[in-house]
Amino acid sequence: MTEHAYLIVLLPLFSFLTIVFALRWKEQVSAVFSVGMIATSLIMSIMVLIETLGHQGDYYAAAFSIVELGAFKLQLGMLIDPLTAMMLVVVTSIGTCVEIYSIGYMKDDPRFSRFFAYLSLFLFSMLGLVISDNFFMTFIFWELVGLTSYLLIGFWFEKKSAADACKKAFLTTRVGDLGFIVGLLMIMYYCGTFNYAEVFTMIGAGAVPSGIVTILAIGVFCGAVGKSAQFPLHAWLPDAMEGPTPVSAIVHSATMVAAGVYLVARTMSIFIASAEASMVVAVIGIATSLMAATIALVQVDIKRILAYSTISQLGYMIMALGLYGVDTANGHHSPGFYAGTFHLMTHAFFKSLLFMGAGSVIHAVHTNDIMEMGGLWKKMKYTAPVFLIGSLSIAGFPLTSGFFSKDEIVATTFGHPVFTVLTLLIAFMTAFYMWRLCFLTFFGEPRVAHRYEHAHESPNTMTYPLFFLAFMAIFAGWTGIPALKHGFASFVAHGEGYVPHADWVNYIVSSIVGLSGIGLAYLMYIKKSISADKIAEKFKPLYNLFWNKWYFDEIYQAAIIDPIMTFGRWMWTFDGKIIDGAVNGMATLTMWWADVKMWIDKWIIDGAVNGAGFIVRMAGSVLKYLQTGRMQFYLILSMILVIVMILLKFEIAHINIEWPSMTVIFIIAVLALSIASRFVSEDANQESENEK
Amino acid sequence: MILSSLIFIPIIGMIIVMLLPKEKEDLIRYTAVGISIIPMLVSFWLTYDYFVNFSGSAAMAYMEGPFSWIPSLNVNYHLGVDGISVPMLALTGLLTTISLIASFSIKFRIKEYSAFFLLLEAGMMGVFVALDFFLFYVFWEIMLVPMYFLIGVWGGPRKEYAAIKFFLYTLFGSIFMLVAILIMYFTSDPHTLNMLELIEHGGTLSYTLQMVCFIFFFIAFAIKVPVWPFHTWLPDAHVQAPTAVSVILAAVLLKMGTYAMLRINWPMFPDALHSLSFWIALLGVIGIIYGALVSLAQKDLKKLVAYSSVSHMGYCMLALAAYSSTTAMAGVMFQMISHGLITGALFLMVGVLYDRAHTREIAAFGGLGAKLPVYTALMLMFSMAALGLPGMSGFVAEFMIFVGAFSQLNQYLVGISVLGVVLGAAYMLRMFQNVFLGEFNMAKWGHLTDINGRELLMVVPLAVLTLAVGIYPKPLTDLMSATLENLVQIMSR
Repeated sequence: MTEHAYLIVLLPLFSFLTIVFALRWKEQVSAVFSVGMIATSLIMSIMVLIETLGHQGDYYAAAFSIVELGAFKLQLGMLIDPLTAMMLVVVTSIGTCVEIYSIGYMKDDPRFSRFFAYLSLFLFSMLGLVISDNFFMTFIFWELVGLTSYLLIGFWFEKKSAADACKKAFLTTRVGDLGFIVGLLMIMYYCGTFNYAEVFTMIGAGAVPSGIVTILAIGVFCGAVGKSAQFPLHAWLPDAMEGPTPVSAIVHSATMVAAGVYLVARTMSIFIASAEASMVVAVIGIATSLMAATIALVQVDIKRILAYSTISQLGYMIMALGLYGVDTANGHHSPGFYAGTFHLMTHAFFKSLLFMGAGSVIHAVHTNDIMEMGGLWKKMKYTAPVFLIGSLSIAGFPLTSGFFSKDEIVATTFGHPVFTVLTLLIAFMTAFYMWRLCFLTFFGEPRVAHRYEHAHESPNTMTYPLFFLAFMAIFAGWTGIPALKHGFASFVAHGEGYVPHADWVNYIVSSIVGLSGIGLAYLMYIKKSISADKIAEKFKPLYNLFWNKWYFDEIYQAAIIDPIMTFGRWMWTFDGKIIDGAVNGMATLTMWWADVKMWIDKWIIDGAVNGAGFIVRMAGSVLKYLQTGRMQFYLILSMILVIVMILLKFEIAHINIEWPSMTVIFIIAVLALSIASRFVSEDANQESENEK
Repeated sequence: MILSSLIFIPIIGMIIVMLLPKEKEDLIRYTAVGISIIPMLVSFWLTYDYFVNFSGSAAMAYMEGPFSWIPSLNVNYHLGVDGISVPMLALTGLLTTISLIASFSIKFRIKEYSAFFLLLEAGMMGVFVALDFFLFYVFWEIMLVPMYFLIGVWGGPRKEYAAIKFFLYTLFGSIFMLVAILIMYFTSDPHTLNMLELIEHGGTLSYTLQMVCFIFFFIAFAIKVPVWPFHTWLPDAHVQAPTAVSVILAAVLLKMGTYAMLRINWPMFPDALHSLSFWIALLGVIGIIYGALVSLAQKDLKKLVAYSSVSHMGYCMLALAAYSSTTAMAGVMFQMISHGLITGALFLMVGVLYDRAHTREIAAFGGLGAKLPVYTALMLMFSMAALGLPGMSGFVAEFMIFVGAFSQLNQYLVGISVLGVVLGAAYMLRMFQNVFLGEFNMAKWGHLTDINGRELLMVVPLAVLTLAVGIYPKPLTDLMSATLENLVQIMSR
């Protein structure tokens, strides 16, 4: 089966294409078809997992090129190792649950088929991301899950909040991808390949300078920060809750946002080569986790609480992986790698359970506000218990999945006291806010009557998947318990398998922490012996900070988005006024120059030509009077000229006249004569007219 | 004969169209489309045949000539293609036919319009097959004439301004090209205008002369691309031109600039190229970021797409600067093809909406996704393709550009250029949200109808090709790799 694992990926794609091109109008058929495809993928994934269990160590890898330019190759390939096999089962099983659940949840939605098409496309992208054997292919599917996340968050795009949220999600994760791309470029530049195994071998052998490895690892981690909603790129995830709840359950809690964690786990070999980069990872993880937990303490929107809880839990995993990198780089043993991946798996189950349970509640009461709920235990006989199971698991109640995986994370922090304290603090807060949520939703008196009146249990298509997930929320974690020889830990391991550590102390401490968190919530919201309002009043600034989500949205709006938009408008003005201004200015200048030349043309050049003509015409108009037509006049004129010539020739008059002067005199004489003759002729004309 | 037929079939077609009676508008439209299908099919066949028989070597294929044309000046009729011109021919053939189908919405002087369009096609084909400088220059200039009239007669409200600006801008560049060509001609011995020989000759020129010629050619081609800061003719021309002309302008005409750089400017003057490479990359990066930022501020759909072209062509310049990397050169080619497909499609899509709504103002719309599902799905696909989503051609192009540029150029500069990826997503998604998501205004846009069959016929081939190139780019890289490797060797000499 393993060699045909690509079918697991392709079946959801097939489902997407079939729905889009053939089944779009047949709603029930498309839903059933799509469930059938993902269920088949699930079965195949389980087969792959079983085969992989039998072949620990020898991983299956295959690839083919889509670009070949000399040494530069871009390939698509698959790599099946325990981590992949585990993720395949997680994604397909939750995928199947979510699709079945959606049949009930999305009933009567006008875009029912489209929803299943999008979900199938998402599953295709997610599975492709999981199965990939190189950075390039991972990046392809990394972006594709981003696209499907965009589509699914904006599924109800008529709502402005949803339209805003999907854009925000896409852009914020893309900011993280900037770092990822730079990381990829450096990998290509220094290693000449994208293949995981080859890159890890080269980095492991020290073929890449250590400073470069640090930058490169942080670059790759930037991608994870965006996708897994880690600080400072976490702000999109709570808004992503605008999507339909099944989407939140699979895309924004169990699988896609865990892709960042998966990426760090997958590329762990890079991080263990750089303690600095790993420390960055660990610090970002713990900081995110703490911040998100504090926000979750005070929120009232059921899905947003879960969203912040998701961010917080992802921070946990990231931190565990980071600490593994730090410890391993420093030559210590650490359970961090399988702690992170183990928690990734258990979290996927209990968090999707919680989201789908929350969806069931929202389906019943038509509100997200837990302050308008209360007492739903009586109305929701199935949803309430399974939701509580999920809450127990996330709170780390003994013997649930969350308990075992969280213990591994706590164990990872030993040796880093600050991390230990904060991790326990976060565990405490997690237990508190989850049970605050449970108590306010399911117990106590109904606070808004009409919400309670109309509340009802959800249909079977929605509750049955919850039962399966509730089962997993308890027992998925048993794969890693001491009684079963820490099976998970030796299966999904990086380098070494399970490392013995102080199990029992650890178990007791985290049990106490989890239970006290639940207890505090009980005292505040059921017994009401501690007033939540008073505490809020007492720590007003902190409360405001948490309530307003640490003001991240406002800060980003003011510090990044607004300046970029303003800058864009400036650039546009610059474009119109300066660059195009220069172009148009040059045109204007040319036109002006043309005007000047035209003036010169008209008055100087043409003026000279016309002037010559004018003089000729004027001369003509005067000289014409010499043409009197009278014989006597011509004779007299000739005689005078002959006499003058003779006088001049023999210098009889002793007048020394130069030629030029003579010419002038001649002309004047001619003119004078002609004018004189004009009067003569005019007189003659008049006379002749008078005679008539 | 094949290459000549690509040039002369449109010209014969133009004559046929001119002989038709002008009242028979539909007949003229169908004739024009029918004629343009022939060079399209020829170019497709050529691509296939080149791929099968010639893609292994870098030599010119299907050579015609040199036949003596003006013997006293040693001007020859000389055609030939290699791996970088073949895809451009196919792109030209396809986009011309699609544009002519899109031109069915032109309502007056259809005869003249179709004739000009076919003349334009002849010119474009000519540029991509010419191997003689004189011939190249003739085709380069011939195109200006139909383009000028297509914008100036059938354009929008400011069509005269846009047409003149386009014409003068390009002509301004052409003067520099002419001077550079003359320098090349007179310094070669014996005087020749054969590009292939001049590529050899260019490398032997003195450094100063190389710089002068390089910069002169660069100005001419940069205006066409357009490279920042020579880009301001583009938004005006695009916005004023009718849809089909915008498509051709974006999809083919801009590519002539980058093609000419790759064919002439770059290999001819290696020394100048080496010393100017950083500055070219810088212009490219400025173009990427600047185009994206300005796109972010746009209120008009067409102008947004136009400025996004500035950004996308910036990627080409960035990669062109990395002359020693085959990957970067393949990236340039992919970006040219991909930009042709995607931006061509975006202009078509904007035209489809404009034909119905008679406005292109982004703010006037909202929530169209509810009313026009098929149109929205296609627009989403092309927007995603434009912002470089994997699985589409734009991504492969950008990725190869980044990898190639990173391997040779200043790595900080390349790092900055990556910002374009986020800004690109920002302006595309902003547009998409404002037009397609949100509340639908039933009273205002209730009458809009979804995309029709003819319009699907125009955009679906582009969509399919965008996906095909994006998912399996190998055939295209195989087609070009020998030529590109040879080119890289020449440029790096």
